[in-house]
Amino acid sequence: MTNEDLQHIITGLGTDLEFTAEGSEFLNVIVPKEQLHNICSQLKSHPELKFDYAFCITGMDWVPALGVIYHLESTELRHQIVVKVMVDDRENPTLDSVHDIWQTADFHELEIFDFFGIKFNNHPKLRRLFLTPEWEGFPLRKDYVDEANMIIK
Amino acid sequence: MTDQQLQNKIKTEEYFINMGPQHPAAHGVLRLILTIDGEIIKNVEPDLGYIHRSIEKMCERDSYQQIVHLTDRMDYLSSHINNEAVCLAVEKGLEIEVSDRVKVIRTIIDELTRIASHCLWWGVMGMDLGALTSYFYAFRDREMINDIFEETCGARLTMNYNVPGGLMFDIHPNFVKRTKDFIAQFKTKIPEYNRLLTDNVIFHKRTKGVGILTREDAISFGVSGPTARASGFSSDVRKHHPYSAYDRVDFKEILFTEGDTFARYQVRMMELWESISIIEQLIDNIPEGEIKAATKAVIKLPKGEFYQRVETARGELGVYINSAGNKNPYRVKFRSPGFSNLSVLNHISKDVLIGDLVATMASFDFVIPDIDR
Repeated sequence: MTNEDLQHIITGLGTDLEFTAEGSEFLNVIVPKEQLHNICSQLKSHPELKFDYAFCITGMDWVPALGVIYHLESTELRHQIVVKVMVDDRENPTLDSVHDIWQTADFHELEIFDFFGIKFNNHPKLRRLFLTPEWEGFPLRKDYVDEANMIIK
Repeated sequence: MTDQQLQNKIKTEEYFINMGPQHPAAHGVLRLILTIDGEIIKNVEPDLGYIHRSIEKMCERDSYQQIVHLTDRMDYLSSHINNEAVCLAVEKGLEIEVSDRVKVIRTIIDELTRIASHCLWWGVMGMDLGALTSYFYAFRDREMINDIFEETCGARLTMNYNVPGGLMFDIHPNFVKRTKDFIAQFKTKIPEYNRLLTDNVIFHKRTKGVGILTREDAISFGVSGPTARASGFSSDVRKHHPYSAYDRVDFKEILFTEGDTFARYQVRMMELWESISIIEQLIDNIPEGEIKAATKAVIKLPKGEFYQRVETARGELGVYINSAGNKNPYRVKFRSPGFSNLSVLNHISKDVLIGDLVATMASFDFVIPDIDR
C-alpha cells in the first residue's frame, strides 16, 4: 500500500494527526499523546493496516519535548509506518503503555524509562532495567551531566 | 497421573534464585531472577546492565566513522554485519551508491560471519546440554573462517572492515582460494555434526517439545532471526528488505512451524547450507570495481532520519540515525535482536524445569553485549 493510501486510512482513525514524509523513508504520523493507545490499537486491528510487528521502539529527547518513536510493520501486508508521540512535561513525563498491543513494548518501555525517565501508565512492572534502582537522572537525556564518567568534546 | 502432573499438584514454598550474572549457560553476564517452586520455574525476570557501555550515548559524541567501530562490540559474533548496518545507514543519508564489488564482498563476508556464528552456537549448545565434543568440533572449523578474516581484515573477531562508502581495503589475494577450500571442507563437516548431535536420541529428548513459542507470540514480542523462523514467522530481512547483494542470489528462507527448541536448532543447521550456497554463487564472480566511494574526511549527514535493517546471525538489527546536519548524530538507536528475543523468555518458560530453561536459552543464542549495548 502506498503512503498516500495509508495516510488516507489513518486520517480517519483520530483527530489532529500530523503527517510528514520529509527527511524519512517512512510515512511519519505524529499522534497527540491522549490518543496514543486508541490509535495504536486501531493500527493493529484495522483490516487494511494490520500493523502487528513493532520492529523498533525508540526513546527521544527533542529538547524541550521528550517522546517515543514506534517503527511498525505489517507482517502480512508488508507496509511500514512510523508513529511519533511527544510529551512536553520534563519533570513528570507520562505516556500510555502499548504493551497490551505489542508485547515487545514491555521491555522497550523499560529501557526508555531507564534512560529518558518517561513513565508509562498501565505498564505491568515499571522498574530500572539496566541501571541500579538508586541511580539519579536519566542518562540519554540531552541535559544529563556526569562529570566522572562522560567525556565531552 | 503423570509425574509432571503429580509434581504440579504437590505445592511447595516458592522462592527465588539468581541464575547469573556468572553462569556458564548464559555465555556472558546475564542475570535471571528465577522464582521457582521446587524445580519448576514460575517466573523469569531478567536483570540487565552488567555489561552496558551506553554505546548509544557515545555515538552522540562521535563522528560517523567512529560509530562503526563501536558496533563491533555489540553482537561480537556478527561484527561485520553490525558494521555494515551503520555504513548502509550513513550511505543512505549521503546518497552514495557503493560499487558492485563492495556489495558482493560484503555479502560473502556476511555469510562467512553467519557460518562462524552458527558454528560457535552449535558448539556451545551441545556443551550446555552436556555434550562437550561438539564444542571442539565447532571451534576447529570456525578457526578456518577466523584465519580468512585475519588475512583480509587484520582481525579475527572485531573486524572493522567496513567504512562508510565501501571497504577499508581490497580482499587479500588468497581470499577466494581459502574461502573455496573452507567451503569444500565444511561441506563434509556438517554431516559429521548431524551424526554427533542432530541424530542423538538424548539430544532429541532434551529439545523436542521444549520451550514452545507460537507464531503470534513471536510477532507480538518482536522476536526475529532463526528463533522467529522456527515458529513460522517469516522475518528474514535479507528476503523482505534486501541490501548489499542479497537481491541477486538465490536462497531459501528456512521456516519451521513447531516453534520448539529442536526447531530452532534445525533452522540454524539448515541455514548453514543456505549460507554456503550464497557464498558459492558469489565467490567465482566478484566484479571488478572501486573499493571505496569518495567521501569527505568529515561526514555530515543531511537533516533527517535514516533507518537501516539488516539480518545478523541472531535476527534483525535496526540502526536508527537522527541527524541534525552536524558531524555527529543527534540520536542513534540500535534495535538489537537479542533484546527483543530475551523479552519472550519469561512468557515461554512458565512451568518448565530449570534444565529445560538452559536448553531454551541455548537455542535462543544470546550474546549478552548485544542485549545490553
